[in-house]
Amino acid sequence: MKLGFLVDLNLCMGCKGCEVACKVENEVPLSTWRLRVKYIDIGTFPDTSRSFTPLRCNHCESAPCERICPVSALHYLENGIVNVDSARCIGCAGCMMACPYGAIYMDPETNTADKCTYCAHRIESGMMPACVVVCPVQANIFGDIEDDNSNISQYIMEHQGAVQVRKPEKNTKPTHFYVGGGTQTLDPLAHERLEGYGLFNNVTHLEAIGDKHHSVLDRFLAPFESEEKYDNRSFVDFDNKDYKSELTQGDK
Amino acid sequence: MESTIHATQAVVSLDVALPGIIWGWMITLNMWAKSIGTGVILVGAFLLYRHKREEMPNLRWMMPLLAFIFLNIFLLFTLTDLHQPYRMVNIFLHPHWTSAITVGAWMASLFLLLITIMLIIGVGEELPGVPFKGCKLTAWGRNKGGLYDALFPFVVFLAIPVTLYTAIIMAESSARELWQAPAEVMQMMWAAFMAGASALILVSSNWSKEARRDLALVLAIATFFSFMMYMGEYFFSFKSAEGEATLAFVHSGGPYNIEFWFGMVLGFIIPFFIAVGNMKSDNKTLLRVAAILALVGLYMAKDVWLKIPQLLNLS
Repeated sequence: MKLGFLVDLNLCMGCKGCEVACKVENEVPLSTWRLRVKYIDIGTFPDTSRSFTPLRCNHCESAPCERICPVSALHYLENGIVNVDSARCIGCAGCMMACPYGAIYMDPETNTADKCTYCAHRIESGMMPACVVVCPVQANIFGDIEDDNSNISQYIMEHQGAVQVRKPEKNTKPTHFYVGGGTQTLDPLAHERLEGYGLFNNVTHLEAIGDKHHSVLDRFLAPFESEEKYDNRSFVDFDNKDYKSELTQGDK
Repeated sequence: MESTIHATQAVVSLDVALPGIIWGWMITLNMWAKSIGTGVILVGAFLLYRHKREEMPNLRWMMPLLAFIFLNIFLLFTLTDLHQPYRMVNIFLHPHWTSAITVGAWMASLFLLLITIMLIIGVGEELPGVPFKGCKLTAWGRNKGGLYDALFPFVVFLAIPVTLYTAIIMAESSARELWQAPAEVMQMMWAAFMAGASALILVSSNWSKEARRDLALVLAIATFFSFMMYMGEYFFSFKSAEGEATLAFVHSGGPYNIEFWFGMVLGFIIPFFIAVGNMKSDNKTLLRVAAILALVGLYMAKDVWLKIPQLLNLS
């Protein structure tokens, strides 16, 4: 058995239901994502179209993250899922350097590497991944790619010639496929990222990898401190001075 | 790369914040310190092969001392860069042998152990009363010159993979195309020769002229070939879109342009000419200046090469 994913980008409408379901199901902390939907505008006004691309771990058959992990925190399950054992992770970030898809993040609460596991815990109980269940248009198709009769295998066969993976030149052999994608949507170098012009905010890069309050000294002291001091601290005392200054100006 | 025709122009209109530089200055320092730590052994071995011990009176204890100090700096920053430093022990309890990080950590630990033994013997033999009178550790080492000589070939042999394994880590970092070049392996080797020669130049004031000339020769060769390899990678990486996008950060107007070229001139070109000149006429002061410049420039070059591939968006 080898589990795989296929996203039909022709069906995806960018509702971000999968993104939210993943966050809730896996308790993914703020500032990090196991699954995200990227909006890309193609063409020049007025002849433009918007495409939506869900991005998650590709669970590669030849996973660079698994190879570089020094302690096997990233490991294969029998069903082909690349799983993470956060209790073993040393936080070297080697996997983040190795993953060509930028799918791994440093969890700011545990300060260990984490990523999409195809909801391995749900699959173990016979359920589908949360993102599959929630998708209103069934754009996410999940199943056994070694079984010719599975829904995903049938879908791949029906769309022969139009099934793509991201960065095939990296030879990672992803088990995550796309239908209806193009260079502009799947290749990060094929679209411009105009810094500061996102729809909802102008934060383009994360301030820190992991918890921004987890300084070198804190890393060594953490086991001797109470949990309260560290739990969610990054998000409680966030810098809100821009908002405050806007309010002050508004009052005037 | 971005499209040049209107119909295929694509712009991200909504996305999350992406990670910035993941491996920062601590990893630069780590690599730089390791180059010195292994380099002094490799260059020291070359000098001992070419010259009598009497020509380099302090080499027997200074070489393991420098290696010991810089390998400890290297290991300290390896540890502090981990988000879970105490779990470093998992590398020894749950090793994953396909990872160059694991193999490197084991080799570097063994290397440091052997260097420590050599240091104890070297200090015991050459500096009685150091670190204090009656020190049992150095007293043990006093009559173990034979062990020092027996260990040295193994240490020199081990210094090579300890130098090179970082290049394998970079090769395993398949997301960063700039590091996938085979030239990285030789770049690590030249960096070790350059750093080792520079560090030994700084402690060679009472050595024979011939020994110092050999140090200048190693420095000249290492800076020349290292510079050539950087230039080769700089120009030939243009063939891939990712390589070109990465190198755009060091091209004119790029954020790392100044640091890169400053490093090249300061650490490679100037020391090369000083070292070549020093082979004709011995000038200790100028050679020391060359050594310091080479160490500073090497740090800058390594820093740029480490950071620029991390500035590319991967998804």
